[in-house]
Amino acid sequence: MYKLDVDNLGKRFGERKVFSKISFELKTGDSIAVVGSNGSGKSTLLKVLLSLLVPSRGTVTYSNGEEKLDDNHYRITTSFVSPYLNLYDHLTAEENLKFFTTVAGNTITGKEINNLLAKVGLEGRGVDYVLGYSSGMKQRLKYAVALLKKPEFLFLDEPTSNLDEAGKKIVFDLVEEYRKDTIIIIATNEKEEYELAEKLCRLT
Amino acid sequence: MPKSSAGLLSRSLAVYFKDMRLELRTRSALNAILMFGVTTLAVVSFSLGQSNLSPKIMSALFWVIMFFSAMSGLAQTFIREEETGTSLALKLTADADSIYLGKLFFNLTLLTMMTLIITPMFFIFTDAPTNNLFPFLVVLVLGVFGLVSATTIVAAIIAKASTKGALFAVLSFPILMVLLMSLVSASEKIFDNQTLADTSSEVQFLIAYVVVMTTASILLFKFVWRE
Repeated sequence: MYKLDVDNLGKRFGERKVFSKISFELKTGDSIAVVGSNGSGKSTLLKVLLSLLVPSRGTVTYSNGEEKLDDNHYRITTSFVSPYLNLYDHLTAEENLKFFTTVAGNTITGKEINNLLAKVGLEGRGVDYVLGYSSGMKQRLKYAVALLKKPEFLFLDEPTSNLDEAGKKIVFDLVEEYRKDTIIIIATNEKEEYELAEKLCRLT
Repeated sequence: MPKSSAGLLSRSLAVYFKDMRLELRTRSALNAILMFGVTTLAVVSFSLGQSNLSPKIMSALFWVIMFFSAMSGLAQTFIREEETGTSLALKLTADADSIYLGKLFFNLTLLTMMTLIITPMFFIFTDAPTNNLFPFLVVLVLGVFGLVSATTIVAAIIAKASTKGALFAVLSFPILMVLLMSLVSASEKIFDNQTLADTSSEVQFLIAYVVVMTTASILLFKFVWRE
């Protein structure tokens, strides 16, 4: 049973307050949607939760139920999909998947890659350079990379951006598939996306 | 889904081969380094004509060309990750040690390739003495390691800055100053037909510099990379 404990979290950029007094506690099986208007700090909150930004106040604690997880746990436990997370344009989709597997210390077979690409609707396109992908195909590939590990914490920032209806269905199916065994955090303004989560964190 | 763990070396090599593959497909850093090295060497040789250069001038010229060639391309490995927005995916997947070592190997390969092209050209254009090659090669190898170990960590520091080029040279200069002075001094003695034993104090300093700089960079990099 994994836990994510957010206590009195706040973030400022200089004089500008982005958000403050954010507290929630999630355990495996829980999901939360972070909602708010443009510029309200949804993506910033996700970056703070992922330790990509240092909070101005408060704490974020990851634990596996028994002990706190150290800073290296991201490599193993966390997957993140976001419009501002990019993959390597001058590598093919297969090369991207192989690279992100190897650099995390794992191995992957050709069959597993094909299965993963098929799962996100990119079957037969693995040998194409990502540079030639549409924005929707790139978004699908990000999900394939996210699923290279079995995440305990799944962070989705605007999860269906750039996706067509078929792509959106893939994302909604994935959320349903992972819901029971994963902590899911979604940052969005789309009703159909935040309705995927059980809890709501509204930023003003 | 994928299983079985791999060690630090194979994770570092994954970063290295990824960067090599990207470089071979885009040639952004290699072209910059080679163009700078070759054009500088050509300008210097045409300007000097048939002048007889003293060992001191020859030595200084060689390491100035090496220094600025390194400045022109070695920062690309981190800058490219930031500018293309791929550093985030890398941060969330790879540990800092394997990223640093992979980038270090990559920069070492780039500068070695450049050195293999520039050095013979330098000897041809400047009429540098070739009867004392072994000691020169020892100093050259240590110089390449020293330049790469120092510039790789500085490249990581400046990758997020808006004025990367200027900052890279400004930050690198004080760190590389002592290295360059030692390299120039050792090369001068070698061009003056002195033996490797005569340059022992410089060689010892160069070895110590490479060891200290590489170790300090590995320890520092995880903080630079996370922030």
